Amino acid sequence: MTSTMRAPRSLLPLRVEDLTFAVGGRRIIDGLSLTLEAGSRTVIIGPNGAGKSVLLRLCHGLLQPTSGNIVWNAPEVRGEPRRQAMVFQRAVLLRRSALANVAYALGVAGVAAGAREARAREALHKVGLDALAAHPARVLSGGEQQRVALARAWALHPEVLFLDEPTANLDPGATHEIERVIGAMHGAGTKIVMVTHNLGQARRLADEVLFLHQGRLLERAPVDRFFKQPASPEAAQFLEGELPW
Amino acid sequence: MSSVAEAAAQALRLVAGADPKLLDIVLLSLRVSLTAVAISCIVGLPVGAAIAVSRFPGRRGVIVVLNALMGLPPVVVGLAVYLLLSRAGPLGTLGLLFTPTAMVIAQTILITPIVAALSRQVVEDAWEEYREQLRSLGEKRFGAAVTLLWDLRFSLVTIVLAGFGRAAAEVGAVIIVGGNIDGVTRVMTTAIALETSKGDLPLALGLGMILLTIVLALNAAAYVVKETAQRRYG
Repeated sequence: MTSTMRAPRSLLPLRVEDLTFAVGGRRIIDGLSLTLEAGSRTVIIGPNGAGKSVLLRLCHGLLQPTSGNIVWNAPEVRGEPRRQAMVFQRAVLLRRSALANVAYALGVAGVAAGAREARAREALHKVGLDALAAHPARVLSGGEQQRVALARAWALHPEVLFLDEPTANLDPGATHEIERVIGAMHGAGTKIVMVTHNLGQARRLADEVLFLHQGRLLERAPVDRFFKQPASPEAAQFLEGELPW
Repeated sequence: MSSVAEAAAQALRLVAGADPKLLDIVLLSLRVSLTAVAISCIVGLPVGAAIAVSRFPGRRGVIVVLNALMGLPPVVVGLAVYLLLSRAGPLGTLGLLFTPTAMVIAQTILITPIVAALSRQVVEDAWEEYREQLRSLGEKRFGAAVTLLWDLRFSLVTIVLAGFGRAAAEVGAVIIVGGNIDGVTRVMTTAIALETSKGDLPLALGLGMILLTIVLALNAAAYVVKETAQRRYG
């Protein structure tokens, strides 16, 4: 049983097969298939109601598909610590210190009580919040709260990090800081899958772009090509509408 | 008018002089009601939180019944506990009737549904906000219920107070199962009822003042705690 540091099978690639998610007969995700490989930063864009956030939640296991499959290379085992994490548009933090919030997540993930604080401090350091570790998390500014959420995710060393418009409510300075942390997490080996409405952000962070429209994946392209020559008329129209400057 | 003023003055003298008989009654009241509140919280908070985060067939029915139980008439609870504990009743051999323990039992039955129903509501509202995040972290339902109870600790103070207020203020249940025995089971509310009917207004008034003061002081303290905590923890 005590085999020496057997590297667990990678979670990725993730295969999404003919995925459908319907609410009250309306198909929010409509027969979508794709494969997410390790490594690259994948950014999902598309108009409101395209199903971007729902797709993230389906992949992360927060919603159950109406039909179709979500197949991880190494399926998650119920009761074992999760190897993927998610950061939401609005960070949901507990009424305790920033440090305790990160330590709490480590506790849920089964990290021994004695090891939690050091790991939590390290994660807060990585997001630049050392000075605020003892501060109650819910009275921090929006940008700081989101960084606590990122530290909480980072502390878990996830293989995949899903982000659902993590900077939607933040000012440019805070947005910049969040983007720096996302980049650093990617640099440390975490697969990034992010939904954003901010096309500038997509350009800055993406390696590849997925364009969703009415629950379907209309286009998938390297970031440069997508912004220069979108292949689908819907994507071209979307870029035109969203980039008035 | 003058008799009322005279009674009030006498009441004040009793309170100010810490009349031993008065003190005994107040202390017994606090002991009974606080014990009942403590037991109700140990039972009611986890039950409320568990219902809030779980989905099972008949859940709506359970919630409706739980909410309805908040309005249990104290005299009916008193009667039921009386039947249970009376010599011929199923628990008669315990010999608990007309003891403070019987009063604690009756008040616990009375306020446990209040604590459970109100905490269910508070925890469920928060669960809406926390669910995705906690599930994302891999938290199980039981763990989530515990996490939520702790995270909502300041809001739950108000619920605990509502339970205490109900317990300390009710007469019907404790007078039936306690019997209002002088020096044994006489509490503030039963004493007020008795002394008023006997015409001993000073004692009744004095006890009324103390009861009001206790309830007011507790609520003020809870308010301050909640405000301070909310400013500090958000």
